Amino acid sequence: MAKDTAGNAFVKFDRVQKSYDGETLVVKDLNLEMPKGEFLTMLGPSGSGKTTCLMMLAGFETATHGDILLDGVSINNIPPHKRGIGMVFQNYALFPHMTIAENLAFPLEVRKIGKSDREQKVKHALEMVEMGAFGGRRPAQLSGGQQQRVALARALVFEPELVLMDEPLGALDKQLREKMQFEITDLAHRLGITVVYVTHDQTEALTMSDRVAVFNDGRIQQLAPPDQLYEQPENSFVAQFIGENNTMEGVVKEIKNGVAVVQLDGGELIDCTPVNVSKPGERTRVSIRPERVEYNKARLQEGAHTLKATVREFIYMGDIFRTRLSVAGNDDFIIKTRNAPDQDRLQPGQEIEIGWLTADCRALDA
Amino acid sequence: MKFTKTLLATTALTVAAGAAMADDMTIVSWGGAYSKSQLKAYHEPYSAKTGVNIINDDSSAEAVAKLRAMNEAGNVTWDVVDVVAADAMRLCDEGLALEIDPDTQLAAAPDGTSASEDFGDLLVSSCFIPQIVYSTTFGYRTDLVGDTPPTDVCAVFDLEAYPGKRSLEKRPINNMEWALLCDGVAKADVYDVLATEEGQNQALAKLDTIRDSVIWWNAGADTPQLLADGEVIMGSTYNGRLFSVIEEQKQPVAMLWDAQVFDLDGWIIPAGLSPERQARALDYIMFATDTQRLADQAKYISYGPARKSSAPLVGKHESLGIDMAPHMPTDPNNAKNTFLYNYEFWADYRDDIDAKFQAWLAK
Amino acid sequence: MSDTTDSGPMLAADGTPLKRSLARALRRQKIRALMLVAPLLLFVILTFIMPIASMLMRSVDNEMVGEILPQTVVEIQNWDANSGELPDEAVYAAFAADLVQAVKNKEHTKLGSRLNYEQTGLSSMFRQSGRKVKNWDPVTDGPFKEKLIKAHKGWGEIETWAAIKTHSSKYTSGYFLNAIDMQKTPQGIAAQPEDKQILITLFIRTLKMSLIITGCCILLAYPVAWILANLPARSANLLMILVLLPFWTSLLVRTSAWKVMLQQQGVINEVLVWLGIVADDNRLEIINNQFGTIVAMTHILLPFMILPMYSVMQTIQPTYLRAAKSLGATNWTAFWRVYFPQSIPGIGAGSILVFILAIGYYITPEIVGGTDGVFISNRIAYHISKSLNWGLAAALGAILLAVVLVLYWAYDKIVGIDNVKLG
Repeated sequence: MAKDTAGNAFVKFDRVQKSYDGETLVVKDLNLEMPKGEFLTMLGPSGSGKTTCLMMLAGFETATHGDILLDGVSINNIPPHKRGIGMVFQNYALFPHMTIAENLAFPLEVRKIGKSDREQKVKHALEMVEMGAFGGRRPAQLSGGQQQRVALARALVFEPELVLMDEPLGALDKQLREKMQFEITDLAHRLGITVVYVTHDQTEALTMSDRVAVFNDGRIQQLAPPDQLYEQPENSFVAQFIGENNTMEGVVKEIKNGVAVVQLDGGELIDCTPVNVSKPGERTRVSIRPERVEYNKARLQEGAHTLKATVREFIYMGDIFRTRLSVAGNDDFIIKTRNAPDQDRLQPGQEIEIGWLTADCRALDA
Repeated sequence: MKFTKTLLATTALTVAAGAAMADDMTIVSWGGAYSKSQLKAYHEPYSAKTGVNIINDDSSAEAVAKLRAMNEAGNVTWDVVDVVAADAMRLCDEGLALEIDPDTQLAAAPDGTSASEDFGDLLVSSCFIPQIVYSTTFGYRTDLVGDTPPTDVCAVFDLEAYPGKRSLEKRPINNMEWALLCDGVAKADVYDVLATEEGQNQALAKLDTIRDSVIWWNAGADTPQLLADGEVIMGSTYNGRLFSVIEEQKQPVAMLWDAQVFDLDGWIIPAGLSPERQARALDYIMFATDTQRLADQAKYISYGPARKSSAPLVGKHESLGIDMAPHMPTDPNNAKNTFLYNYEFWADYRDDIDAKFQAWLAK
Repeated sequence: MSDTTDSGPMLAADGTPLKRSLARALRRQKIRALMLVAPLLLFVILTFIMPIASMLMRSVDNEMVGEILPQTVVEIQNWDANSGELPDEAVYAAFAADLVQAVKNKEHTKLGSRLNYEQTGLSSMFRQSGRKVKNWDPVTDGPFKEKLIKAHKGWGEIETWAAIKTHSSKYTSGYFLNAIDMQKTPQGIAAQPEDKQILITLFIRTLKMSLIITGCCILLAYPVAWILANLPARSANLLMILVLLPFWTSLLVRTSAWKVMLQQQGVINEVLVWLGIVADDNRLEIINNQFGTIVAMTHILLPFMILPMYSVMQTIQPTYLRAAKSLGATNWTAFWRVYFPQSIPGIGAGSILVFILAIGYYITPEIVGGTDGVFISNRIAYHISKSLNWGLAAALGAILLAVVLVLYWAYDKIVGIDNVKLG
């Protein structure tokens, strides 16, 4: 995607750096381009620089170096209130001394929009988030989910083209959060707005976004659509951070026809797809998703390397079975199997052989 | 039970504390150099002689109000109180002070003269044992009054000859008298005039002529400070305070003794003391107001002893080594023109004239 | 659900009504709670409620006259103060009997100073007459009219008796009338002579200056509190120490320091003269007047404004300002429409605190107030400790208390007392 938007990016970070203390960089050489209408999530652990990037885009922090462009124009020197970017805050930041309707009217008032027009827009925005009946209430009288909707409506009521959301669902319980995830993406697509969404919850990132930028240590580790990110992580941080993962360490034996044979530290050989390795002798960390591990001999690839495993624990989780194995000296090797009628339930102590498709096993950086 | 034990222990402690306090005597005075002079001249020798431990309390400024409150609460904690004569009269009027018979309860002079004769006119109230004669008088900055230093109290009202600020006490007493004196009223007639509505207005009108040049003081230390800072060119205060500014701090200040107003300061014993405490307070008074003790106090502060028999015994200042007699308000050179505060008059007119004076100030 | 309401009161497991059983269970808890607060309750009652109650009582109490002159106050009711004639012998005889008894009890001078508040000269009349009547026998020595007038000519004046009659009742409104520059006369309530009217002026001045001081405190404290609330904790603590520093210095020292600063030969004037802004012979008068009082009191009361403001501002999250700006508000609009309204509870709490403290202040106005910067509290202090007219002091205090309560009520009506937060 990054390729075909190069010329007309709506949001662009160009070699942006940020330092608070003049000694360490919180954001290191950030380059990012977003087309109009995209829903992009910045995902990463706390302290990874994602919120700083969002705040630089909103104008509450200034970049130490580099340019931030909005619709082709550098906004480095434009104060936040002139950027016309909507923003939803983690704690909603609804003004407690104003009613819901007054909160929504606020951005319209400061834009000097006439009273009748204003009322119309407020009404419309509240209906959009199904809060039409609550205009006269105060924020403190609403539940968390309701406040969240109002905050969303307020960020949208002045029809910004770009909306920033800073962990907006962090304070909600799981069920409500899932419902709101859907509502937000639905709304964003319906209105055709561009969204930059910050979260540390990878499920949220995967379910909502067009693309996800995984942040760590001030850099984007990988920028890709969710499926690509999950299935083809480009380095071990991304592999570890997104979803559950089994890792094993070893040395590359040989690379041939796009298949890398890796000798694990215990001496076992396995087949992998080389990602961050290029020649034999390099150390690597191999990553394989639990649901891509196969132990049914009939389904294993012909001639591929397999590993011996001992079942340690079988956990019944309803929709899936989760089995913990000892494999090549690793006691925490997890496999997940679907709860299907023909699926057998492994017993602790049982000896099995496991294997996988070469494409699912990725040899990453050590 | 535990609670009962605690109660008993507390009671025992209180009793013990009471016993310990039996040898403590609380004497109330004005604080500062004045209390120090009493400590040296009276308290230390008395403690040495009797073993009584004297506790000083610098509450004389609020003594009347506090004694009234203590009396109402039925718990008088003071044994002897130093007050000005006017306050002694009020305390006596209110029944808050013990009446004293000078001839049996105070020491006679060394030559056998009775106390009542030795103190003479200064026994202005039957509850009051005079201690010192002090005066309220003016001091002026010698460097700020030009070539002709003032010799007459009316210089205070003469803005032409002596332009600049002057400080006066923020109350009618003394100021009204001086105003009338300088407005042509004869000294003997001052209080008769002041008793009339017209007389009061006349005094206020005279004060009106200098009101923009007056800084009003509340505490005795104010005028010495104002003089030292050069904020005022002249101001009224107690003569002892001026002595300290001139002789101890060596400021360019001189005394204007003209029309100094004599006043008295002395002891009272609160009414309502237990017989033992009363007897001890009387014993202290007998000791502290004898001829030698009163003369001794003048070594530390320039106030005149209230007994005639003490005057010849006044010596030199304790640390400065200068003769104290010429600094006494009663010294003939200083007392050429004096004015005696009329207690009876002010007891009657204080409230009335004060209300008018305050209203005039607020105008 | 509905069947329990139908079948009368709810019952506990043992059949007693649930309410009673609950009350019994809670009683122990309540008693324990009461025991825990008992020391404080007692302390508050003894040191706060009772003094205030006794002060209010004192402002109307006038039992002394009736107690010391029991027969006179009865007899004198038959005399018409407006008749233009002296009372008859019965009143004089009753008075002589009372006076002899009072002299015996040493109470006549006390009464003299009480009545002297109303009629100048009575103090010395009672004292002087006391000496002369000491040995009279009220039964055999009559008639007394001539004798009393001979003892002091004041007993031959109608005003004397009128004053005694007017102030003979057990309770009096006299102190309150005096407190508002009125007086009680035999002819009814009248204004004080103009040259004695001062208290109303002082009440108004006290309120006006307290408002100005409160206003100055708001203006100065707001930015300080804002900085405190927005600094990192460590610097905020340091600054907080600076704010609290004045509390560790004696009030007298702080006030006297202002004297050194503001007097004509003081620091400010010296600097202005040195800079040539002010002529040497025309130095500014910025102390011993209202200005000096306002400056010194604003300084002294400032922490009481800063602290509640600070603790309220601390709770205002910075995201509100960011939110407002992201919605298109300029810095000023964001502050004025979003931050300021949320800080009002702090301003309210600080203002109430400062205002109430200010109207009760007397030490600072006494020292730096000169003539036009003194407060009503200075008169209260005067009547408590100098003139000993505690009844008048109590009446003034009661009026001040009433004014505060009225203002508090008005504040509640206008701003709402819920809108006051200390943090």
